[in-house]
Amino acid sequence: MSITVQNVTKRFGAFVALDDVSVTCPAGELVALLGPSGSGKTTLLRVIAGLEVPDGGTVLFADDDITRHSARDRNVGFVFQHYALFRHMTVFENVAFGLRVRKWPEQRVKERVKELLHLVRLEEKAPLYPANLSGGQKQRIALVRALAPEPKLLLLDEPFGALDAKVRAELRDWLRRFHDELNVTSIFVTHDQEEAFEVADRVVVLNKGRIEQQGAPIEVFEHPANEFVMDFLGNVNKLPVRVEGGRALLGETGDVELPAKVFGASANGRTDAYIRPHELDISRTAEGGNCMLAKVVHINPAGSVVKVRLLAEDFGLMINVDIAPDRYRALALKPGESVFVTPKAAKIFEPDYAI
Amino acid sequence: MKDELKNGEEPVPGDAAARAPDGVPLSSFPLHPSSFQAKRARDPLWVRVLLTALALGFLTVLVVVPVIAVFAEALADGFGAYWEYLTDDPDTRHAVLVTLTVAPIAVCANIVFGVAAAWAIARFRFRGRTLLVTLIDVPFAVSPVVAGLMFVLLFGLQGFFGPWLRANGLQVLFTVPGLILATTFVTLPFVARELIPVMEAIGPDEELAALSLGANGRQIFWRITLPNIKWGLLYGVILCNARAMGEFGAVYVVSGRIAGETCTMPLQVEVLFQDFNSPAAFALASVLTMLAVVTLLLKVWVEGRVEKKKDDPQISQTNTD
Amino acid sequence: MSQSNPRVLPGYRLSISFTLFYLGVLVIVPLAACAITAAQLSWDQFRAAVWTDRARAAYALTFGTAFVAALLSSAIGLLVAWVLVRYEFPGKRLFDSLVDLPFALPTAVAGLVFSNLYVPNGWLGRFLVPLGFEGAYSRVAIVLVLVFIGFPFVVRTLQPVLESLDAEAEEAAALLGASRWQTFRRVIFPALLPGLLTGFALAFARGLGEYGSVVFVSGNMPFKTEIAAVLIVGRLEEGRPNSYREATAIACVLLAASFLMLILINRLERFAKKDEG
Repeated sequence: MSITVQNVTKRFGAFVALDDVSVTCPAGELVALLGPSGSGKTTLLRVIAGLEVPDGGTVLFADDDITRHSARDRNVGFVFQHYALFRHMTVFENVAFGLRVRKWPEQRVKERVKELLHLVRLEEKAPLYPANLSGGQKQRIALVRALAPEPKLLLLDEPFGALDAKVRAELRDWLRRFHDELNVTSIFVTHDQEEAFEVADRVVVLNKGRIEQQGAPIEVFEHPANEFVMDFLGNVNKLPVRVEGGRALLGETGDVELPAKVFGASANGRTDAYIRPHELDISRTAEGGNCMLAKVVHINPAGSVVKVRLLAEDFGLMINVDIAPDRYRALALKPGESVFVTPKAAKIFEPDYAI
Repeated sequence: MKDELKNGEEPVPGDAAARAPDGVPLSSFPLHPSSFQAKRARDPLWVRVLLTALALGFLTVLVVVPVIAVFAEALADGFGAYWEYLTDDPDTRHAVLVTLTVAPIAVCANIVFGVAAAWAIARFRFRGRTLLVTLIDVPFAVSPVVAGLMFVLLFGLQGFFGPWLRANGLQVLFTVPGLILATTFVTLPFVARELIPVMEAIGPDEELAALSLGANGRQIFWRITLPNIKWGLLYGVILCNARAMGEFGAVYVVSGRIAGETCTMPLQVEVLFQDFNSPAAFALASVLTMLAVVTLLLKVWVEGRVEKKKDDPQISQTNTD
Repeated sequence: MSQSNPRVLPGYRLSISFTLFYLGVLVIVPLAACAITAAQLSWDQFRAAVWTDRARAAYALTFGTAFVAALLSSAIGLLVAWVLVRYEFPGKRLFDSLVDLPFALPTAVAGLVFSNLYVPNGWLGRFLVPLGFEGAYSRVAIVLVLVFIGFPFVVRTLQPVLESLDAEAEEAAALLGASRWQTFRRVIFPALLPGLLTGFALAFARGLGEYGSVVFVSGNMPFKTEIAAVLIVGRLEEGRPNSYREATAIACVLLAASFLMLILINRLERFAKKDEG
């Protein structure tokens, strides 16, 4: 079932949580609502679930306008950030709740709960109370509880937010596989862009109650629509540039040119350029000449790339560069050394979009 | 288990937070809807109206009407008569005096006890601690009449110390000291019960800090502990005093109800009631009711102070951090 | 809560010895006096004292009225707490403070005014007596005044529980298809139950021992409206050689019930606390 949100606005007092938001979620896809705190992503999820009534706009499930339907009638599975398990009920009773209130025959309830608990490999926890489960186990119980009544739509609010890093990564993979098996349209909220990009088929970036961009992860990542998305999506170097004669030159003086497309409107002015850490290269010699001198401040070799932090004293800028481990070993970098940094790509946004 | 600890915390993994754009002002954080609005307003209007009307109806019949009735009955014969009922009868005047003697002494004794017990229980671990806490609750559980009876058994003529007291020309039963003992017993838990949780919530850190800075026991108590617990203490004192002045069952048994000698105000109300002197009984009852109202006002005021105090340090702390 | 290491802070000896001394003089010695006095009766005498027809009628009345009053208090207390926590209406703060009035009002005053409200020409009796509601000098009168005294216990135990209820659990129930009533019955009520039981027990315990107000409203007719506490006072005042001991024997029955309730309440509170954690 596809979900369409059209021009939804929601205010809490003077605070505008959602400002004319429109989103489409194609049937069967896993969609991430991504944004910082206060961006309205959770409110949007709650509007879709029917936990908030929007001040304006419509919500369509397939082609039905369900804006005025109560949460109870929408048949939506919802996984709360802090799980909201019923603490006086056992795991079994929690999962059975949605079936029992629907008056399923007890035999079928038993079978369905057993099947679901088997799915998340927690059968032996059935007689326990939520207090006796770990965070990751609670999360999985919350998920199968939401799935028990066979919802047409699954909504997850910061599904891994309350878990520690290791469990989070495990559950993330698991959710993806789980979604592929069940193929229920799912929407989840996160503030972690890595999570969104790893798991989702489609990413919707929100900020201050507005949609900044939506699309496939690769599309959003490679073609960020504006400075906010660029900034939010990843560790990025924001460098001041001056535009002279259609060329973007770094800093106030000097002639280090950034390979960025310069829009007409920003001609002959000052603006910011964005360069991702992997779009910079480090070398011992000033090959090509279009490079800046920088001193190595810190090296973090843990991970699949080596993260180098440098200070470009001429410009007074801190720069983050990611280089491949091989390259790092070849260069044999040490803190305090001076090296040359060459920009391979850069992005300048039209000033209209500037925030 | 480790991830269990994280429940209920806001998820701010350092990684993601670092990447979030700077300059999202605190004020733009949403007032999370589920935290207030949604929760309160979800019942249909007719349910809310019906339940509110029922609840207020019960409160009115059970509490409001009786309070108004006390004053209405007391003032039924006019202000002049009301004043006479209160002041003309020497026994009534004496009852006020007895109450004003008994209650402050009982309250003071229980303040000292409450502070000592709270210090011992909230600041130290020892064997029998739970038992001690339960023991403090005993006077709440015991019927006031039984409490009075216990003192009769101790000090009555047939009691354990009665013959000895009599031989030495002393008397406890049917005297003001007996009233004080019984009242102190009945109101024993109030201050301690109020202070123990307060002191446990505050924790010993400030006192330990003072100790490490060289303060002695007395300095720690007067400069650190007392300022921290003063509102809780006041709260306990207010409740303790209300009960001490209003106590009936226990003092009924130990007083012998000798009008003009051992009658407290509540006992005098009963004496007047038994004499079919209803207007005078109501006049005296109205004084006790005013006392209850003042107690409530004080209580609301203290609660307001405590709430303010709870908020303030947090604000100043985040500012200084 | 974190505790200091034992005995690091000063004043342990002083505070613990004073506490024990005070409790010893005011609580232990009187309780012991009670126990010893009762023990001076032989078993047959004890049974004869506590098991007379009049005493049995008094127990039945005491426990019965306290029980019914605690039940009513629980219902009214739940309603009042629910409304005070969940709904907004003008005068809410005032009504919230009024709940404490029965705690602060001397029981004699409560007894006096209740004895006057429900008589045939009283403020409320005027309307209720013609309807067959005998709210004065009857068992109903005892229940009424015990509800007045008991319901604040229920309100004050339930309010914090209601406030700490997980709003999301209710939303979860609605999303899983539960109606408001199903949500209340299956999700909210079970969470309230420990608190409700505690409130019930507190109201019941208070009702068992209540004397000041009941003595005004009940009429104190042996076999009909005489509660156990009144019977104890009556025995005490008889002044027969053994009347002290007989009074003590009846008091022991009440004491035993009180201690049972005290233990039960402690258990319930601990259970409720564990449930939260």
